[in-house]
Amino acid sequence: MSSTTTTPFLSTKRAPVRASGPRVIRNPAWVRWLFMTLALLFVGCFLVLPLAAVFTEALRKGFGPFFAAFTDPDMLSALRLTLLTAAIAVPANLVFGVAAAWCIAKFDFRWKSLLITLIDLPFAVSPVISGLIYVLVFGLQGWLGPYLGAGDHPWFGEWFNAQDIHIIFAVPGIVLATIFVTFPFVARELIPLMQAQGNDEEYAALTLGATGWQTFWRVTVPNIRWGLFYGVILCNARAMGEFGAVSVVSGHIRGVTNTMPLHIEILYNEYNFVAAFAVSSLLALLALVTLLLKTLVEWRAQKGLA
Amino acid sequence: MSTAVLSLPRFRRRVLPGFGLSLGFTLAYLGLIVLIPLGAAFIKASGLSWADFLTAVASPRVVASYKVSFGISLLAALVNGVFGGILAWVLVRYTFPGRRVVDALVDLPFALPTAVAGIALAAIYSKNGWAGQWLEPLWTKGVHQLAVWLPGVDWAGCLGKTIAFDRAGIFLALTFVGLPFVVRTLQPVLAELEPELEEAAATLGANRWQTMTRVILPELMPALITGFALAFARALGEYGSVVFIAGNMPMHSEITPLLIITKLEQYDYRGATAIAVVMLVASFVLLLLINLLQKWSRRYYRV
Repeated sequence: MSSTTTTPFLSTKRAPVRASGPRVIRNPAWVRWLFMTLALLFVGCFLVLPLAAVFTEALRKGFGPFFAAFTDPDMLSALRLTLLTAAIAVPANLVFGVAAAWCIAKFDFRWKSLLITLIDLPFAVSPVISGLIYVLVFGLQGWLGPYLGAGDHPWFGEWFNAQDIHIIFAVPGIVLATIFVTFPFVARELIPLMQAQGNDEEYAALTLGATGWQTFWRVTVPNIRWGLFYGVILCNARAMGEFGAVSVVSGHIRGVTNTMPLHIEILYNEYNFVAAFAVSSLLALLALVTLLLKTLVEWRAQKGLA
Repeated sequence: MSTAVLSLPRFRRRVLPGFGLSLGFTLAYLGLIVLIPLGAAFIKASGLSWADFLTAVASPRVVASYKVSFGISLLAALVNGVFGGILAWVLVRYTFPGRRVVDALVDLPFALPTAVAGIALAAIYSKNGWAGQWLEPLWTKGVHQLAVWLPGVDWAGCLGKTIAFDRAGIFLALTFVGLPFVVRTLQPVLAELEPELEEAAATLGANRWQTMTRVILPELMPALITGFALAFARALGEYGSVVFIAGNMPMHSEITPLLIITKLEQYDYRGATAIAVVMLVASFVLLLLINLLQKWSRRYYRV
């Protein structure tokens, strides 16, 4: 997650390394060593150590207890819920991202910059508040909450009143909160990319007699596929790892509404550290794979530009 | 940026299809997922009387949590500004083995779930952890020593007695989550910085220190401030990594997002919403500032 749409990762120009510039624009050796030491110390304390700690703590008592953590039925149900949540939230935001990028990058209209700012809004909102606002809409005290449970509501049909719909403290709330926190990922990756690509290829396709959908699938999508992939992996990492927002709407019902990050919290608070870190190691692995894929896509994009 | 608009006639015809469909879907989805739920918070808060609102957002425990949240977020963002700046410099200017790995690792806080980060940091910096077993006695002694040298200030109350499960732990977690922002906003600017600029400064007789502070640093300032503001905004709302390492003592190491959750668990929806609105306004103001900053820096670089 980064700032507003003006700083997409993919269009970030990476540095040509210039250690061997002319002498006048080089720092003295001791400064270079000082900077290097400070930078690596910073990376070591804040990035490498936590990552290493997750895996060592998970394997502290050997492989037996480590693998035992994954056979726990509650863990498996948490894993299923996490996968389900991501499987709904990521495609939903993918479709939205493509639609938003299409209208913003390909057309001119009033209030466009306002729309871009609004799309970025969820990144500015605390995860806890992201959960809270859904409680305010769908919770029992909320706007729609009173109508969702089974009951005798005027205005609604018999069928609807017979349904007992749970959104908060149930799976739909978790999915909604996850969609909210991962809302901008795909859109913000695609908008600058498609703006930079322009419309010429689409015009050419239309001139040659392609229909709108043909143009989209055969011209636009191949052009943006790496940006799409990039947005999707970041969106997925956040969707599977979200804690604050999901924690507010989940209700923490073991085996029912616990996602993996929430399951980690429960295990940790029960002093079941090995299991907590074992589950964490799975999510850390996901993070590492995400970073790896991301780096590969960036190299590819760089090669494409060069 | 090119557009699909034929420019001449007043009633413009769009060449590419799908404008209505994509804009309609975008607005509907945005409205349903983001705007209406966010509006719910403001409408719920507006149902409170002014006096109730003030009691909810300005009670001593809430004010203490603002101080903790804003103060430590600011400190973490400052440290990220300094060290993130150095890290960006090292990544752009120097070659060393493993540079690409370090560069990729910078995004770890974006990819690692916050809960995992929280328990990992707690494990490292707690009394029995790898770093904590060395640092915690030092920290406790240091705080004690400060109180001897500079009495009159409540050092233990301000800095906390330990690292993990106290205020220093909050600082560690918030520094972690804000780490990529400064690095990632600075990197492209640093990469585009022309060596001629530094050469010119050197030719005109500036020594390296003068070049760094008077030529390079001003060039980097807009990006640096943007990265700082982004890190600050992120730290302000952070919850997942902090709760595991903060100790969560009311009035001392309780962050505002945690207080919102506490109120919710006590079914105090109005109190929670009122505090949430304060935080929302703070983050919207920050977002506005960041947008202005980026406009400013873009204009700055185009010249």
